[in-house]
Amino acid sequence: MSKELIRLVDCSMAFDGELVLDHINLYFNDSEFLTLLGPSGCGKTTTLRIIGGFLTPTSGEVLFDGVRMNDIPPHLRQVNTVFQRYALFPHLNVFDNVAFGLRIPKTVEENGRKRKAKVPEAEIKERVLEMLEVVSLKGFENRRITELSGGQQQRVAIARALVNRPKVLLLDEPLGALDLRLRKDMQNELKRIQQQLEITFIYVTHDQEEALAMSDTIVVMDQGKIQQIGTPEDIYNEPKNAFVADFIGESNILDGIMHEDYVVEFFNRKFKCLDKGFAPMEPVDVVIRPEDIDIVPVEKGQLRGTVTSVTFKGVHYDTIVDFKGFKWLIQTTDYHPEGETIGIVLNPDDIHIMRKSQYSDMFGDYSSYSEEYEELEDATLGVEEEPQEGGDEK
Amino acid sequence: MKRGGIFLNRVFMALVFLFLYAPIFVLIVFSFNNSQSRTVWNGFTLHWYVELLQDRQIMNALSTTLLVSLLATLIATAAGTLAAIGFFNMKKRWRTPLMTVNNIPMTNADIVTGVSLCLLFVAFFGEWEVFARWCNSVQGLFRLPVRLHMGFGTLLIAHITFNIPYVILNVMPKLRQMDKNLIDAAQDLGCTWMQAFWKVVLPEIKPGIVSGALIAFTMSVDDFIISYFTAGSGTSTLAMVVYGMTKLRISPKINAISSLLFITVLTLLIIVNVREARQEKQIAQRRL
Repeated sequence: MSKELIRLVDCSMAFDGELVLDHINLYFNDSEFLTLLGPSGCGKTTTLRIIGGFLTPTSGEVLFDGVRMNDIPPHLRQVNTVFQRYALFPHLNVFDNVAFGLRIPKTVEENGRKRKAKVPEAEIKERVLEMLEVVSLKGFENRRITELSGGQQQRVAIARALVNRPKVLLLDEPLGALDLRLRKDMQNELKRIQQQLEITFIYVTHDQEEALAMSDTIVVMDQGKIQQIGTPEDIYNEPKNAFVADFIGESNILDGIMHEDYVVEFFNRKFKCLDKGFAPMEPVDVVIRPEDIDIVPVEKGQLRGTVTSVTFKGVHYDTIVDFKGFKWLIQTTDYHPEGETIGIVLNPDDIHIMRKSQYSDMFGDYSSYSEEYEELEDATLGVEEEPQEGGDEK
Repeated sequence: MKRGGIFLNRVFMALVFLFLYAPIFVLIVFSFNNSQSRTVWNGFTLHWYVELLQDRQIMNALSTTLLVSLLATLIATAAGTLAAIGFFNMKKRWRTPLMTVNNIPMTNADIVTGVSLCLLFVAFFGEWEVFARWCNSVQGLFRLPVRLHMGFGTLLIAHITFNIPYVILNVMPKLRQMDKNLIDAAQDLGCTWMQAFWKVVLPEIKPGIVSGALIAFTMSVDDFIISYFTAGSGTSTLAMVVYGMTKLRISPKINAISSLLFITVLTLLIIVNVREARQEKQIAQRRL
C-alpha cells in the first residue's frame, strides 16, 4: 500500500454556529487521485481549504506526515492549489505567473541556521519552461493572461501550482468554467499530468461523471459528512445509501425486506441477490440501476409494467415504466412505445441492497421524472458557494 | 425639421462652450498683452510671465503650493489606500455607511470644510495651551511651546483631510474588481500576507492609486477656500496670492499666473481621463 501523506482527524468546521463539516476522518495517500464529490454546500470546498491552510478547523486535527498542521499558514505548506476561476495574476505574463512561486524566497534551515534561499533565475527559467511543456503551452511564455482562452488559462494555473513541486495538488472545481468539449479534453490531460508527475491530486467537483472518469478514490460527501469512500467501481456498484446511489448515476431505489442471506423481497416477490449479513426480515433499500434491467415479453417477465414515457438519449432510450404505481427508469437500446405492457427480468447481480439511512425514501422514484431532470441540470450549472471567512456579501 | 433641430442643437452647444471657455480664453490671451490694460490689445509680450518669475511673493507662494500639494498627495494617497483596503475587508453592514460618510466631505461646500477645520485648529490650540502650561509647570526637562499658530502645518493637515476621500473613492472600485482569490493564490504560492499585498494586491489596484493621487494633487493645487481658512497669516498658496492681488492694483500678472494654474490643472485632468479611458478598454478586453 502506498504511503499516507495527509490525514484529517475528526475535523469539524462551523461558520457562525452552522456546522459545515461534521467530524470528518479522512486520509490521503501518496500519488493518488482522490476526488471529493458532492452537491453544493456539502463541505467539499471547506475540506480543501482546510488542507490548503486557508481555514483552520473548529475542532480536530490536520496532519501532514503525522505532524499537526492546524495553525500553519498556507505559504508554509507543501501543497499548492488550482483555484476555481484560476486566480491568475493579470499584471504578469504567462512566464511570470508560472515563475511566481519560485521567485518567493523560502526560509530554509541549514546547520540549524535559518536563511532565505532564492532559486537562481536560470533554474527558474528551466523549470518554468519544462512545466509549460508538461501542460502543452510551449511557446506561450510571453503571452498576456488576457490573451488566453479559458482552457489555456486553466493550464497556466496548473503549471503555476505544479512548478513548485508540491507533494499534493489541490484542485477546486478547476473545470467548472469550461465548456463540455474542453472539459473532457482537460479531464484526460489532468489524469495524464497526474500520472506523469506521480503526485497526489485532491480534486473537488460536483460532477459525478468527472469523478468517475478521473479518480482512483472517490469520497462522496453530503451535509458535511462523508457518505462513502471507495474506488469509482465500488461507489457505482455498491453504493452505501440512497444518497450515494442517487447522486452517482441514475438509480431506482425501492423498499425491500431482507428475508435471509441472498434473498430479498420487494413488490411482494422474492428475488435472489448477492448481499448478505443483514438481520432476518430487516427493512432495506434496494437499488436497481436503469441499465441493468432486461426487458422481456410480458409472459416471461418477473414483473410487468406499462411504459408511460420514452425519451431518446442517443445511445439508449430513457423509458419510464409504471409498476403498480411505482415508476422506474429503464435504459434500453430497444424502443418500446408509450402504453406498451412489458415484462422485466432481474438477475441477482442487478440487485444491490443497502441499509436504511436518513436518505431512504428521498430518492429513486421517477414519478416526477421531468422535474428531477431539470433539478439535475441546475445542479451542474450552479457554481458552489460555501460560506467563507469574510465572504458575507455573496 | 430634423436638420433644423440638429443645427439648433449645435448652436446651443457652441454657446454653452463659448460661455464656459471664453472668459478663460480671454484671460490667457490678455496674459500676453503688452499693456496694463485689460481691454485693449497692444501687441504680444512675455513680460508678465517674466515678472512673475521675479516676484518674490509669487515664487514663495508657488513653492508653498507645490510643497503642500506634493506632501498632501503623498500622505493622503498612502492613508487613503490603506483606508480603502480596510473598508474593503469590512462587513458590508459597516462598509456602506462608512462609504457614505467618506463621500459627504466631497460634496460638502468648501467654505464649510474650511471654517470647520479652522475652528477645530483654534479649539485644539486652546486646549494645547492649557496642556503645555501644565506640562511645563510639572517638569523641567523640556519645554513645550505654549502658543501654536496656523501656518504650513495646519495647511498641510487640511489638504490631507480633503484629499483622502478622493483617494478612497478611486481605489475602492479597483479592489472590488480584483479577484479575491488572488490573495489566496499568492499565499498558496509561498507569500506571506505582506508579500501578497506588495506583489499582487498593489499592482492590481495601482491604476486606482495613481488616479487618486493625480486627482488629489489637482484638488490641492486648485484649492483656495479651505487654504484661506487654514493657512494662517504667514503662509500663502498661489490661489491666495491671486486673490490678494485682486484687492490691490490689478496687474496683468494675475492673468499670467491664472493661465498657468489653469493649464496645470487642465493637463492633470486630461491625464486622469485618458488613463481612465485606457483602463476601461483594458477591462473590456479582459472580459472577452
